[in-house]
Amino acid sequence: MVRNREAKPAGRRLAWRRWAGFLLLLALPVAFLAVFYFYPLGEIVRVSLAQQGDSPPVADLLARLFSSGHLRIVGFTFGQALLSTGLTLMLGLPGAYVFARYQFPGKRLIQALSTVPFVLPTVVVAAAFSSVLGPRSVLNRWFGWNLDLRYTLAAILLAHIFYNYTVVLRLVRGLWSTLDPHLEQAARTLGAPPWRVFWEVTLPLLMPVVGTAGLLVFIFCFTSFGVVLILGGPTFATLEVAIYRQTINFANLQLAAALSLIQILFTLVLTLIYARMQARIVRPLDLKPQWVTERRPRTVGDVALVVGNVGVMLVLLAYPLVTLVARSLGSGLRYYAALFENPRQGVFYVPPFAAVGNSIRIALMTTVLALFLGLLTALALYRRRAGWLIDAVFMLPLGTSAVTLGLGYLLAMDQPPLQLRGTVALIVFAHTLVGLPFVVRSLLPALQSIRPSLREVAALLGGSPARVFVEVDLPIVWRALAVGAIFAFTVSMGEFGATSLIARPELPTIPVAIYRFLSRPGALNYGQALAMSTILMSVCVAGFVGIEHLRPPGTQVF
Amino acid sequence: MAFLTVDAVSKIYEGVPLLTGVSFEVAQGEIVSLLGPSGSGKTTLLRIIAGLEPADGGRVLLAGQDVTGMPTHQRNIVLMFQEYALFPHRTVAENVAFGLRMRRWLKRDIEVRVQEMLALVGLEAFGPRNVIELSGGERQRVALARSLAPEPRLLLLDEPLGSLDRNLRERLLEDLAAILRRVGVTTIVVTHDQAEAFALADRAAVLHATRVVQMDRPDAIYRNPATPWVASFLGLTNLYPAEAVGDHQVRVPFGTLTLSPSVALPPAGATGTLLVLPWAVRLMTDATPRNDPHAINTFSGTVAQRIFQGRTTKLALAVHGELLRLTIQMGDSVAGEGDSVEGWLDPEALRWLDAGA
Repeated sequence: MVRNREAKPAGRRLAWRRWAGFLLLLALPVAFLAVFYFYPLGEIVRVSLAQQGDSPPVADLLARLFSSGHLRIVGFTFGQALLSTGLTLMLGLPGAYVFARYQFPGKRLIQALSTVPFVLPTVVVAAAFSSVLGPRSVLNRWFGWNLDLRYTLAAILLAHIFYNYTVVLRLVRGLWSTLDPHLEQAARTLGAPPWRVFWEVTLPLLMPVVGTAGLLVFIFCFTSFGVVLILGGPTFATLEVAIYRQTINFANLQLAAALSLIQILFTLVLTLIYARMQARIVRPLDLKPQWVTERRPRTVGDVALVVGNVGVMLVLLAYPLVTLVARSLGSGLRYYAALFENPRQGVFYVPPFAAVGNSIRIALMTTVLALFLGLLTALALYRRRAGWLIDAVFMLPLGTSAVTLGLGYLLAMDQPPLQLRGTVALIVFAHTLVGLPFVVRSLLPALQSIRPSLREVAALLGGSPARVFVEVDLPIVWRALAVGAIFAFTVSMGEFGATSLIARPELPTIPVAIYRFLSRPGALNYGQALAMSTILMSVCVAGFVGIEHLRPPGTQVF
Repeated sequence: MAFLTVDAVSKIYEGVPLLTGVSFEVAQGEIVSLLGPSGSGKTTLLRIIAGLEPADGGRVLLAGQDVTGMPTHQRNIVLMFQEYALFPHRTVAENVAFGLRMRRWLKRDIEVRVQEMLALVGLEAFGPRNVIELSGGERQRVALARSLAPEPRLLLLDEPLGSLDRNLRERLLEDLAAILRRVGVTTIVVTHDQAEAFALADRAAVLHATRVVQMDRPDAIYRNPATPWVASFLGLTNLYPAEAVGDHQVRVPFGTLTLSPSVALPPAGATGTLLVLPWAVRLMTDATPRNDPHAINTFSGTVAQRIFQGRTTKLALAVHGELLRLTIQMGDSVAGEGDSVEGWLDPEALRWLDAGA
């Protein structure tokens, strides 16, 4: 009894110390999130609800929101996302089947390459597809047609499929390849013809992951900005594009804020549904390793299926990128050289290549800041069970549209003490916000993988917490740090949505510069857009390769 | 005419022959077991019969009909997998009903049949349960009910007791045998466990080196294994290089033995293997007089190894440099390690096996 009473105060002291450390670590990241995420969002809500005229703000807001024009925009946003999701699933499911059931040469390489579209910035994708679908496309040259498929719904849909094919492929294939083939074979011996086997056995078991993948693709297409802005042209507008146009073209910030509110609500609901579906996907099945479930193609039908599918993937995924690079080199290095010049009546006040310098500077600062805040967050979270809530909070910026964020910054960062509008710092903060979840997501599993006994031994041997961190944690964690750094860097380099709203004209980033080039007529402008896109694409691909190389096997991004 | 005929089935797997010219017949209602070590192609043969894999050569005939090219779902041959492959997203009753739904039975009839099958395997109240919650033994019985429900013409069981632990296995072996005989469906059981094979089957086919090396009633195989390999696979380890020396005698490393006239022997000079069946070894104890006229093929040696196993004890006797193994019952003479023993070999229980194989 005496021992218990003595232990209590000491135990409480220890607990207090841990709590204090936890709060201290989280103080800065939470403050950052509060000032640069929640406050701007709050401003959006406030502005959208601000009184305009005599009618009560909410009624007024609702009236404006549900005007026919806006309902049309919301309807289109939903519709194109639904169509894109459907088409992506239609193409991606056969691909998942082929990859799950067959073993063939080059399989790992092709799957890795299919992920490249996903990591490309939207402007690069838009540039690639504009060269594929424009007047000088292959179809036109072969058949002598004069199709300009840019600025059509088809272009948007194709770009969305291009982007999200790998999501379906990875998620569905992941589960499919672990399904016990004996289940299907048992069904066959019990008298089920092949289509019934699929309907009765395979599909029900796959439904959870097909649903999750579909929902994820839907969310990505719903919040798609760059693709719709550039490839959709003036005709098409999703919510994000409408927000952008109201802000930049009409300076109607209140309406833009109202639309942002709708956007935020929709994405919030969708993300919550996704999280619920994710949690319920765990079904205890007898999972099989891949060497059991995968076989070499045996019949002519098998080979045709594999070859056909790989063919589709090549046309859909590789061809646009190849075209992009080829076109950019179409006049030799002329377009690249032009990037260094500043034409008299240029859109820029500096040579376009300066955008590269800007982007790199901003990206480096973003990386440092994101790593710093991310490390603090991860250190605070990895030992706590209830950290899941805070983890979710830090993931929120991922689910919020970047354009909304940009608008929030425009509204919020306008007066002292936060008169950051138009500064480079604001762009860095915006990019950090977008990159922070990735850094935390990389660091947390790595930190959690360190066995506590290692640290305990170090502590017992006399190491202070800081010393233990340097000697024990850091060597194990540096890889995750590198992955996080590369993530933050590449995300920053490619960020377009928020940057397009808050960047000053004389301080463009690469994506903004590409967008400007694409908006202007003329072969030289177009060529420079392609050249810059190729450069940006190379940086992102290099980053991706680096991440894949350093990332511990088995960890997934989503 | 045989109900199932497997005719010269061959299979090559990744360039290596797995099955070569496998042929046998199964009569209707018969239970045949395929016995052999792991990797001997037993499961593949089962899958070929079920139509899940194509054979590289040969045919499969069921009730006179060549089903070799027929798709699986038309054959009405049900295969029960080793890990049962129960559908995890369905209840027990839905699993059992699956085959019936595929054959488009009426709903009422399906319900009746499902209850019948569950009662047959002793799981009457389990219909609405989820498959995931079941124990290994319960899953096995659900799998059996599911396999029997659609009245298959041929039932194939792949290691039906393989995934269960030892105690469960013995208990379920009896139940399984009883159920199979009650239903009377033609069955092929694949197993690597000889006890299972012998307990379940009317006849057993032993698979070795891509071929069927012996097919007969279990006790016939045991009394007369066809080759030294079959003998050692069955656990009959008293195998010695032998030479026939005429006059129904055989020379082995530890002496010359006389065989009973009823045992087949090649002419003098032939070499092969002598099998001493376990019950051939009789130890001379105080109970058996030394000058017993029945006692021929006498030997003397020492106990090299003694392993107590409860009801029985295993002895290995060192006789002129060879090991002679036998099992004695509790209550028989207990010779300890190092003791000298004398004994004789019953000429009826000696077998000549040709060399090789």
